[in-house]
Amino acid sequence: MRNSLGRVRAVAAKEFRHLQRDRLSRAMILGIPLVMTLLFGYAINHDVRHLSAGVVDEAQTSQSRQLLASLQATRVVDIVERFDNVGALTEALSRGAISVGVFVPADFERRFVRRDQPLVQLLIDGSDPVVQSVARSLAQMPNAALGTSAPGFELRVLYNPERRSPVFIVPGICGVILNLTMVLFTAVAIVRERERGNMELLITTPIRGLELMIGKIVPYMLVGYVQATIIIVLGAWLFDVPIRGSIGEFYVGIGLFVISTLTLGLVISTLATNQFQAFQLTFMSFLPQLLLSGFMFPFEGMPLPAQWLAELFPLTHFLRIVRGIVLRGADLSLLWQDVWPLGVFFVVFLMLATLRFRKRLD
Amino acid sequence: MTGRIAIEARGLSRSFGALKAVDQLDLTVPEGCIYGFLGPNGSGKSTTIRMLCGLLTPSAGTARVLGCEVPAEAETLKRKLGYMTQRFSLYEDLTVSENLYFLGAVYSLQGEALDAHIERQLERFELTDRAAQVAGTMSGGQRQRLALAAATLHDPELLFLDEPTSAVDPESRREFWDHLFEMVDHGTTILVSTHFMDEAERCHRLAILDQGRLVADGVPDDLMRDVGATVIEILSEHSRAVRDAIIGSTGVWHVAQLGNKLHALLDPELADPETRLLPIVHVVDGTARIHRVSANLEDVFVMATTGAPGA
Ligand SMILES: Nc1ncnc2c1ncn2[C@@H]1O[C@H](COP(=O)(O)OP(=O)(O)OP(=O)(O)O)[C@@H](O)[C@H]1O
Ligand SMILES: [Mg+2]
Repeated sequence: MRNSLGRVRAVAAKEFRHLQRDRLSRAMILGIPLVMTLLFGYAINHDVRHLSAGVVDEAQTSQSRQLLASLQATRVVDIVERFDNVGALTEALSRGAISVGVFVPADFERRFVRRDQPLVQLLIDGSDPVVQSVARSLAQMPNAALGTSAPGFELRVLYNPERRSPVFIVPGICGVILNLTMVLFTAVAIVRERERGNMELLITTPIRGLELMIGKIVPYMLVGYVQATIIIVLGAWLFDVPIRGSIGEFYVGIGLFVISTLTLGLVISTLATNQFQAFQLTFMSFLPQLLLSGFMFPFEGMPLPAQWLAELFPLTHFLRIVRGIVLRGADLSLLWQDVWPLGVFFVVFLMLATLRFRKRLD
Repeated sequence: MTGRIAIEARGLSRSFGALKAVDQLDLTVPEGCIYGFLGPNGSGKSTTIRMLCGLLTPSAGTARVLGCEVPAEAETLKRKLGYMTQRFSLYEDLTVSENLYFLGAVYSLQGEALDAHIERQLERFELTDRAAQVAGTMSGGQRQRLALAAATLHDPELLFLDEPTSAVDPESRREFWDHLFEMVDHGTTILVSTHFMDEAERCHRLAILDQGRLVADGVPDDLMRDVGATVIEILSEHSRAVRDAIIGSTGVWHVAQLGNKLHALLDPELADPETRLLPIVHVVDGTARIHRVSANLEDVFVMATTGAPGA
């Protein structure tokens, strides 16, 4: 047992050194989460902020002023200019001086009381694709600000019906990036030794399959944690993604997911005969997970067989766990039905990889 | 030598598809000696060593190594084994000492014992100055010294060396062999494969392989004495022409050229071979000198692989 531990440690230390010496791997550890989070975060960022807005307030009542003040407070728009009439407002819009116009009609109070007409008119540059999200966030405004249920703006949301925002996307990115990099790291780990000729020596030593496997995943668990931390910190810092649940449980979830994907990589490594094959197999395993796990398309919208298939992917369960913890503040016991499958994946993959690993050349 | 047997193989065979890489090999290696495997490329040296380490499953036959059946009990055997592969198999992106620390730990050496072993190996193989050098940047000979240091780090009872000196200069090769003799003095058994005749000559015992078959084995001196041919050496400025002239004469089996020296292997039944050859040689080169010599391993090798015609 002590010998076993010593060997696991030796392998782990060796793998860590490989990682340290390989510039590409190092770049991958930090670069992929950074770039992907920024790309996805900004690409799907519909919560636009600080749009310059112009205002025409024909009502000039305390209530209309209160509405405009709370509009300003959302920071979605910055009220930069006030106009006397709608003509001047639209002129400024078409000039491009402002991107949003807010028109409070003179009968604002009456509309507010009677609640039969929209309270406020929004004028928006329709050629700009950010219109939808701006309109959407502002649409909630009059009601929330004034504490009424009056019909605010009539709006139809034409895309992103799930209202995907970085808040929703970033935890998903965390899963997708971890999935890809973790599997890739270990998928080449054993093939590489074979290709470089190290395997013949390694299998002549007393090392056991399980010791080798565990030794090979330990350093990458650390890598997984580093990547997850980068993504979550970036998410919180740039996109205001909160972690509503406990950080500790979040990290437990990450750990489970990381070891199940690492061992999946090991299985791939015992199947592939060279590094190129290992890459191919990794992407073959990655694509269906990307498409079916609920990251790209809403899970509930998929046909049932696809949903059943998706239950076999670690990513599917991890997405539920991480969204549960990060977005809903759920704890792991509530998410138990997605926690245990990850444990099962880990054990099954580890056994598979160990059994498939032969200390033979034939 | 203790008189005990380190390796015993009977009918050991291994095929790759239709190719018989090793064919019905019988082998007995006594403990505490250096046993040589001499054979041309593809003769099955590496394949045999891999089977004896338990890395390849034999297609037929049995082998007992240090009392363990291979491949069945290979895992027990592996603790007592050192194996220096033909291709450099240490980690090229790790330094000399990192490689040694890794292997030491894998062999369950720990703490101060591990440090002491590594220091000893670094000194013994003159690698102390290179301890921090990345293995991939070392020269061929330095790598082979490192590989030997790694293979002997855990003081194995049995050491397999697969062409350990192919990249080593003659001077270092002598030192390399001094190390081997030193280890044998401490009771290690060594099986070494080689292309070099001078190395083969240093072995206590030698097996000559050709196309997977064992064609000769024994003590080098005995092999040379019992070569089964008369060896005639011819010194001539026109050795090529002389060679062409004598080849094909009755009783001349084989002629090998070494610079302006020829080694002719003749039927030992042939009476008075010098006087028979001399006139033929002198037709081409009147100044050529000719005399009988004792066989060297090259001759043994040639005889073992080409054999006597019609034999
Ligand atoms: N894995 C394999 N698959 C197919 N053929 C193989 C394999 N390994 C070895 N061989 C073949 O078996 C024969 C013996 O190979 P082996 O490596 O044992 O030769 P060797 O004596 O070590 O040669 P060298 O001196 O060149 O190292 C060769 O013809 C080789 O091509
Ligand atoms: Mg070989």
